[in-house]
This record gives sequence, structure tokens and C-alpha cells, in this order.
Amino acid sequence: MTTIAKAPPSTRVRQRRTPMTWVRGGGLSNLVFLLPLLFIFGAFSWWPIVQAVVMSFQKTNLVTPALFVGWDNFARVLHDPLFFTAIKNTGYFALLALIFGYPVPLVVAVLMSEVRKWKGIFSALAYLPVVVPPVVAVLLWKFFYDASPTGVFNVVLSWFGIGPQPWIQSAASAMPSLVLEATWAAAGGTIIIYLAALTGVAPELYDAAEVDGASIWRKIWHVTLPQLRGVLLVTLILQIIGTSQVFLEPFLFTGGGPANSTVTILQLIYRYAFQNSLGGNYGAATALSIMLAVFLAVLSWVYFKATKAWSTN
Amino acid sequence: MTSIETRPTDDAEETPLPVVDPRGSSPLTVVSPRPTRKRRAAKESEDRGVASPADWRRKSVRVPLGTSQIVLLALLVVAGLGPILWLAKSAITPTQDTLRTPIALFPHGVDWANLATAWSTVHIDVQFVNTLWVALGSWLLQVLVAATGGYALSVLKPRYASIVNGLVLGTLFVPAVVLLVPLYLTILHPPLIGTSLINTFWAVWLPAGANAFNILLVKRFFDNLPREIFEAARTDGAGAFRLFWSIVLPMSRPILGVVSVFAIINAWKDYLWPLLVLRDPAVQPLSVRLPTLQRAIELDVYLAALAISTIIPIILFLVFQRLFLRSAGLGGAVKG
Repeated sequence: MTTIAKAPPSTRVRQRRTPMTWVRGGGLSNLVFLLPLLFIFGAFSWWPIVQAVVMSFQKTNLVTPALFVGWDNFARVLHDPLFFTAIKNTGYFALLALIFGYPVPLVVAVLMSEVRKWKGIFSALAYLPVVVPPVVAVLLWKFFYDASPTGVFNVVLSWFGIGPQPWIQSAASAMPSLVLEATWAAAGGTIIIYLAALTGVAPELYDAAEVDGASIWRKIWHVTLPQLRGVLLVTLILQIIGTSQVFLEPFLFTGGGPANSTVTILQLIYRYAFQNSLGGNYGAATALSIMLAVFLAVLSWVYFKATKAWSTN
Repeated sequence: MTSIETRPTDDAEETPLPVVDPRGSSPLTVVSPRPTRKRRAAKESEDRGVASPADWRRKSVRVPLGTSQIVLLALLVVAGLGPILWLAKSAITPTQDTLRTPIALFPHGVDWANLATAWSTVHIDVQFVNTLWVALGSWLLQVLVAATGGYALSVLKPRYASIVNGLVLGTLFVPAVVLLVPLYLTILHPPLIGTSLINTFWAVWLPAGANAFNILLVKRFFDNLPREIFEAARTDGAGAFRLFWSIVLPMSRPILGVVSVFAIINAWKDYLWPLLVLRDPAVQPLSVRLPTLQRAIELDVYLAALAISTIIPIILFLVFQRLFLRSAGLGGAVKG
């Protein structure tokens, strides 16, 4: 009888989960440690994300009560003639950034990984532009892009017998100029990422290739690049995601001009919400940002599918 | 092949288990154990890349490869250092010289007064101090949220930890632009507080704390710490707070160093968000103020202001170079 009586209390205690047992079990201290995260993410990440989705279906200007309007905001954005200009410009920026900025860091990193002496100086020099605050970089380059014959870049071009260029003053050359600066500012980070990946390539693979009599070019083509393909895909997707949200360069260099040739999607969102003389059109701004987010989510999904397919092969 | 002898050390360096100096004496140690500088230098001379030591002895390889590296170094100096040196030069050059002969080196002498004018007459000092405040507060909040959150999610692991973790990681897939308008409205009419946070530093600090990337970094680091240490401490009677303060926090110095670099640099770089929420020049950081100065002040003073804004990040980079570069490499590794 006594042996049986001993067993029930312990099970009874486990069943009765009072606040005190929760505290003694560490539940309270767990919560205390999670509190900063829950509060900050709740108020400044999760809640705004929910709000963004809700607001994209509302007509709201903070003065009159919000009104649900269905897909009106999306329709409004789609009928804005600037919408397609912005998509075209952002796509153009992303494409140029790929052409300028994608191969250069790879070539530089592969060359740098072969450096025997003063490797640190190479990487420090490559990374230096990344450290310059982006606003300072843009304002500095804006001065460099001075279209007069005494502009910094035009003086340099004159040494090679090339006449002064209009740079950001003309609709044709404005976007490439923006991309040139953006590439300068971002390449260092990508170079360092590639360098880190290059140190991860097992030397055995090169040894094995040498046994087969591979030249340097063949080693790069058949060993280095295949080993880097994961990182190459990551930087590709990251670059597209980054360039789809380009704002600083067009905003500070040209303000979207000349002739709307550098208006990007993010700038359009900014204009809807904060540069509207009729009061912020928050519905249209969030609708457009949701559309951009969906596009980027699809991109990330494709990226995950692709990496999965690559890794199983 | 001499390189074969070094294999064991190579393998040791690539083991994913991060063994951390418990005293955290070297803030430069990030994630994986590193050989000391001397051993590194010795190892690197035997280390190899695409070109083997045998390749390097061959003239047909050495000459073009060496030449291309020298060309690369020259290009890196021009592209990486050039604009910064030009800015440093122009900051102390009279306006007319910079306009007429932008490349010439001090044709009419040096004008040190530019720096003083930018600092005290244009009052860049106000925005400079504001930038420090923005960076300091964002840094404190990010380290607090990342350290406590990472600890709770990785070590304490309450039953709902996986849900919270999923919600945090989910925000990585939401581009920042989606938050722009609703976050602005939240700052304009914050819940519970009642007064607008516009034109206060809290408007920048609080959203900066919600950085999922930090949580991911710190949680992964904690996940890789040996569990035996925690078990031993618990057996010795250490509670959750004691464990955090005396064991986990000292051990997590390396990863908190990485978080700190990201936090301070991002605070220094940020433009769009402070532009929206800090409208009053008295609280604006440098990045927001500089574009508006452009038309208001003379060119030489303006360039001096740009130079002053660049000094701190460059000094930080030069001092903590290895930490910066490792953080940058880590960024790619984690994002992958």
C-alpha cells in the first residue's frame, strides 16, 4: 500500500502546472531573456509587416479613417505611367550592375588568391571603398561626374584624348554612371566573399588536376569555378535582390532625372508616400512594395530550388 | 611536395566546431580557431592556390602571373585609394584650385581653415556627435537583443523557441522596403507610448534592433559551443542569469565583435530611414545632413565636411581590419 501511495504525488505534481512550477522550471527566466527580442521584433518587424499587407488594401492618409478598397491600390499603381518606367529603369540598373559588377570581383579575387606577399594590402585596398559611407561616396562621385571639361573624370579622360562626357547630365549616360559608382562601392564586399570561398577549395583537387597534367586555365575552369558555383549563385541572387531595391544612387545623383531616366521602383514608393503634395498615398506605396516583395520572394524561391537541384546533382 | 606536410593543420583549421578562447582575449578570433600570426605566416608560404609551387618556378607562369598581380595592385591603388586620397587633398585645397585644376596637387597652397570652418562654422560637429549617438545606441540595442535572444533560443530553448526562431528568420525574406511606410507610421504613432518618436534617436535605435541577421549569427555561434560547459555550470548550481553573465557572454566576445562591426557601420551608412524620421538638423546624422549642405556652403568647406564624415569609418577599418574582412567573408558564408 505504501509503495503505491508514493507514486501518485509525483504524477499529480506534474499534472498541476501552476505558475509557480513554471517559474521554478525556468519558464520566467526564459521569457525574460526572450523579452527584448519579442518586444523589438514584435513592434518593429512583425507588426509592420502585417500592417503593410493590410494597408495595401486600404485607402489611408492618417486623417480620415482607413477604408478597405480591395485591389484599388494595386490597380492605381499598375495604371501609373511611371510604374513601367520604374520597372524598366530598375531592370536596366540591375542588368548593367551584373555586366559591370559580376565578373570583375571574381577575376580580382582569383588573381588575389594567388598573391604570395602583402595579401593583406590587396584585400584592404579592395575593401576600402566599402568603408566609405555611401552618401559620401555618391556626393563625391557626383562631383567627379561634373560634365564641364574641368570635371575630375573629364580631365582624366582628356589625358587619353577623349572629349568631355555628359555623365549624369544626359538621359543616355546617367544610368551607366550610377551603376559605375554603385559597382565601385560594392565590389570590395563581393571580392572578400569570393576570397573566403577560394580558401575553402581543397588543395587536393588542384594536386589531382596537376597529376592529370592540367594547365592553370584548365584548373581554374575545371576546379576553381565549379567549387565556387554555390557562392557564385548566392552573390548573383543577392546582387539582384540588392539592385532591385536601389534607392540612394538615383535619389542623390539625379533625383530620378534627366527625363525620368533614373526613376527606380523604390523611388516611386518614396514619391507615393513622402513626396506627395496631396498627403501620403500610403496605400499605393505599400501596394507597390508588396509587389516588389512578392517578386523578390519568387526569386528567393527559385534560388532555393536551384541550390537544392545543384547540391543533389 | 612540401605542401602535403601541412595538410593536418589545414584540416584542423577547417573543422566547423568553433573552439573559442574562453577568456576571449583575442577579439579578432571569429568562429574558428586561428593559428597565431607567426604560424599563419609560416603556413601561408607553403599554402597554395590554383598555381602550384612548381608552377611558380616556371617562368612562363611566374612572369605573366606576377605582372598581372602588379597591374592589379596598381588598379586597386587607383580605384580603392585614389578617390579617398583625392577627397583628403581637396578638403584642404581652396575652392578655385579644386574647380580649375581638380587633379593638381596644391597649386596655390594648402587651406587648413576648410576643416575648421566645416567643423565649427557650418556645425558639422553637431551632426558628427549625432552620428556617434546613433551608432552607439544602435550598437547597444543590437548587441542586447542578439545576445539575450540568441542565448534564449540556443541555450535555454523553451518549447516555443522554434516558433520564435522561425518568425525571426522569416523576416530575412521580407525586403526592408516593405517595412518603410508601416514602420514610419509606427514611429509616428507608437503603441503604448502615445507621443511621436519622430526627431528622437529612438526612432533609429529601435528598428535597428530588429536585425534577424544578428540573431542568426549569434544563435549559430551558441549552437556550436560545447554543451558540456553549460551542463557543468548547471550542475554547479548556476542559474540562467549566472550562466549567461559568467559563461556565455565572455565566450561570445568574438561573435559580438562581428555584430558590433555590422551595427556601427550600418548606423554610419544608413540614409533613407534617418532621413524620414530625423527631420530636425539638430538630431540628424552626417549622412542625412551632407546632401542638404551641398548647395548651402562653399565647395572647399563642403568637401572638408565630406572628408570629416569619412575619417571615423576609415580609422575603424584600419584598426580592426582583420575583424572587418572576416565579418565580410562571414556575411557571404552565412547568407549562403
